[in-house]
Amino acid sequence: MSDTPLLSVRALTKRFGGRVACHDVSFDLWPGEVLGIVGESGSGKTTLLNCLAGRLEPDAGSVSYETASMGTVDVHRLSEARRRLLARTEWGFVNQDARDGLRMGVSAGANIGERLMAIGARHYGEIRGSASEWLGRVEIDLDRLDDRPTTFSGGMRQRLQIARNLVSNPRLVFMDEPTGGLDVSVQARILDLLRGLVDRFHLSAVLVTHDLGVARLLTHRLMVMQGGAVIEQGLTDQVLDDPQHAYTQMLVASILPV
Amino acid sequence: MLPVLRVSGLNKSFVMHAQGGLALRVLEDVALSVAPGECLALVGPSGAGKSTLLRSLYGNYRPQTGSIRIRHREAWVELANAEPRTTLDVRRHTLGFVSQFLRVIPRVATVDVVAEPMLRLGATPEQARDRAQFLLSLLGIPERLWQLPPATFSGGEQQRVNIARSLIADYPVLLLDEPTASLDVANRDGVIDLIRQRREAGAAIVGIFHDTAVRDALATRLHNVALPGAQA
Repeated sequence: MSDTPLLSVRALTKRFGGRVACHDVSFDLWPGEVLGIVGESGSGKTTLLNCLAGRLEPDAGSVSYETASMGTVDVHRLSEARRRLLARTEWGFVNQDARDGLRMGVSAGANIGERLMAIGARHYGEIRGSASEWLGRVEIDLDRLDDRPTTFSGGMRQRLQIARNLVSNPRLVFMDEPTGGLDVSVQARILDLLRGLVDRFHLSAVLVTHDLGVARLLTHRLMVMQGGAVIEQGLTDQVLDDPQHAYTQMLVASILPV
Repeated sequence: MLPVLRVSGLNKSFVMHAQGGLALRVLEDVALSVAPGECLALVGPSGAGKSTLLRSLYGNYRPQTGSIRIRHREAWVELANAEPRTTLDVRRHTLGFVSQFLRVIPRVATVDVVAEPMLRLGATPEQARDRAQFLLSLLGIPERLWQLPPATFSGGEQQRVNIARSLIADYPVLLLDEPTASLDVANRDGVIDLIRQRREAGAAIVGIFHDTAVRDALATRLHNVALPGAQA
């Protein structure tokens, strides 16, 4: 087991005006771990995720990331340029709405190729080859390579966004409700895809979801948030099968059986 | 043989907040130890806490106090209230759990469901698939079903898929929760043989066996489980 966490979060707090969105959150994410953040709407999950990924500036606390090549960095003390470099080389970010994570005006192939060019790929044939390979991995027909995502269904767009994020071989992927708003059959396909990719490429990930079934399937560990604070954490099966906190017990008891 | 699993002073209560904080004491001061080649059968009436004990040993339930130590990577590791990554590593390499119920993964073929734990231990896809197919045929799952996801299988078929998945990695310590419940006699005997082979190869086993024939075939020792305050 590795002795250095990939991500180390200490006393992270974020306020919007007088309202605390996320209060005193601390945890370590270890290489190969998938951490789920669950809780109801407004509990601070997405705010926390955005602070971790450097998209929002916290009011207090720190996020340290163990980079592949430049040692440990404090995400919020990096220059904007360094942070952007990190975001497109070592990280991925899968948005709930694929339109926020894709460039809708260019082809599917270009959406994937752009990530590769951002990390220095220049050979057109190789870029197109990788793009085709990834379209195949996310089960999009190759003859759609030159089509724009505006012509894709919601599920296809989400799979394209995943391909765009993973083509550059990130070490850490942030996901905000990656299957939210999709049909259950499409959701199953994306969950299966993510599960396979996480295993195959030894990804570490932080996944925000309000769906405990998704959390059960994809995550190793869970943090439960309520009112901006982490009220319970542990192994996913511990939290779901033996919930300790009143709020977690209520959440688990509210799952509709099929 | 020296034990590979040692439990002492284990206490577990469930606090139900929806019932005004009602506390249910289930395990009180439980102690046991199991050595390689032993199969300890947990016995006691329904509701006595056998499954709670087994799930606590797996790190699925979180005991309030007590110690669960297991030999893992040639050292003793404390599992009670361990860090998640410690528990995961122990589960990946040392500790297996066979339950009655398969948690179905959408869209994944049966053979891949079974092969997955072995792949995670570093086996090649070919090795893992070969072993998965061997176990599936041993457990009487027809070959025409191997490429299908098990979601639509019968209860008994899903249970056998789950047993194959749980036994594909040679875990030194195995926890069995009614592994043969709802199986017919032929399939039950296949499962018994498979578990007996594991025991004879040196696995340390703790199990709940409702069926006395299965218990007699596998158990080397009995361990009584009773609710705190109840007559043992």
